[in-house]
Amino acid sequence: MKLLLVGEYREGKLLDTTAELLGFAAAIGGDASIFLVGSAEDVPAFSGTLYLADASLYGEYNPEVHKQLLLKAVEEGNPDLIVFIHSSYGWDLAPRIAASLRVAQLSEVIGIAGNAYEVGCCNAKMRRNVTPSTSKAVITIQAGAFPALQEGGAPVVKVLSTDVASTTEFVGYEPPEARDVNLAKAGIVVSAGRGIGKKENIEVIRSLARALGGELGASRPVVDAGWLDHGHQVGSTGQTVAPKLYVACGISGSIQHLAGMKKSGFILAINKDKDAPIGEVADVLVVADVLQFVPALTAKLS
Amino acid sequence: MKILVCIKQVPDMESHFRPNGSATWFDESDLAFRMNEYDEYAVEEAVLLKEQLGGESEITVLSIGPDRVIEAIKKALAIGCDRAVHILEPEVTSREPWQIASIIAAYARGKQFDLIFTGMQSQDRGSAQVGVLVAELLGIPSTTTLVGFAWADGVVTATRELEGGVKGKVRLKTPALVTCQLGLNSPRYPTLPNIMKARKKEIATLQAGELSSEPPLTGSSSFRHPEKRGSGVVLEGSVDELVEKVIVILKDKTAGLR
Repeated sequence: MKLLLVGEYREGKLLDTTAELLGFAAAIGGDASIFLVGSAEDVPAFSGTLYLADASLYGEYNPEVHKQLLLKAVEEGNPDLIVFIHSSYGWDLAPRIAASLRVAQLSEVIGIAGNAYEVGCCNAKMRRNVTPSTSKAVITIQAGAFPALQEGGAPVVKVLSTDVASTTEFVGYEPPEARDVNLAKAGIVVSAGRGIGKKENIEVIRSLARALGGELGASRPVVDAGWLDHGHQVGSTGQTVAPKLYVACGISGSIQHLAGMKKSGFILAINKDKDAPIGEVADVLVVADVLQFVPALTAKLS
Repeated sequence: MKILVCIKQVPDMESHFRPNGSATWFDESDLAFRMNEYDEYAVEEAVLLKEQLGGESEITVLSIGPDRVIEAIKKALAIGCDRAVHILEPEVTSREPWQIASIIAAYARGKQFDLIFTGMQSQDRGSAQVGVLVAELLGIPSTTTLVGFAWADGVVTATRELEGGVKGKVRLKTPALVTCQLGLNSPRYPTLPNIMKARKKEIATLQAGELSSEPPLTGSSSFRHPEKRGSGVVLEGSVDELVEKVIVILKDKTAGLR
């Protein structure tokens, strides 16, 4: 199988996730080329063809320009599978390629099951297998689902260019908001999720954090609802933590949240839904109403 | 300005899911449905834009599915959409992103919508494809994962959520399509007077098959619970019993940490 892996490059730097694409290629046993809008000074170390467009000419991500460049690489290399990371880059660009080629797209693949691909669904609570019925296909793979592979070697570089005009203009980046909480260094993190129901109940979780001598974290819905500020957010769009003890209170466990805490030493989850995906990473899942259980636990600890 | 908002009705994610007979997807019986959470942000952003523009704009809300989706449509009308299109498709759960996008594009083509809002993905399928596919089929620019949106003089300035808390700002000329991320705004709840007013709003019904008959590009099988990994323990019982058990575990795990 011929694979075209779509690498990512941002603000003058090749992103580490490119190695996960090589890990996927090794897992499926394919012959891999890489497409990159990047720099000849910072190319992925592998032995294959690198379709390279110069980022200093084409700028940061622009959907129309990257689409045209990538379609040129597809035309030249004729891959069976075009593989992206399921990232803000991948999920934005992949459907444009699938639509242009009129081929199947499979999103956020987490495993390979024969000639089918395993994907999550229902907020990561369930799984299913998806099979493309077109001869070519576009897939995005979940970040972290396939081990990074440092292949080594030097690619054969083929330079791509385009003169397509774009109707989308990239204005600039905004850095992450300043954080007043350093969760990454905490030995114990106690996080609140949507299951706490309302803003006032943050205090219930804060009391447990205090009783355990830990820092207060939160899942995304809690931050989006304005119950806690972004500095408390754990997950792929917040902070990545790996404390000795992580207590997840009323957190169902989205992929983005799990990516930010699954390396914790010991994970205690409290959730009334026994099937919640947090159960996949929890060492202990307490099936209970968080607003009944947590105050009782805090009282016993204090 | 003509605005289109595309919404999907999905099951409550806290439901217990069971596979259907062929294990291609979930069995719908016993599930409670609601508006896809991402789409609530799309509806709110469209209504905020209409409020900014004053009287010169109209929002059409569109949903594909069996009659149950009318409930989600009514909610969008009560929040501030002006009119609705229900595209009747009893087999909506077996339609994949390419087919759904083809139906929406067939409806929207030639209707001169200036802006199309969608959620960035659905909570059940989570493909994050439909919005971008619709834009590609219509040949209009699009951008995804919005956590900031502004419109002035025919230009959208969008703030995209990237990784690690970084955001990217882009500008695109209308007509355009944007997909909305959680946290873009604070979706309002429909008020009782607005729910009453919404009853008078038009809901047109169209047949999906008359808009598009694109074949599926993928097949689905083995809908299932994840294979349990690791050696996680599930504790159930009364709160008092659970507290006793957890205290013992915590004493062990926090020894030397406090």
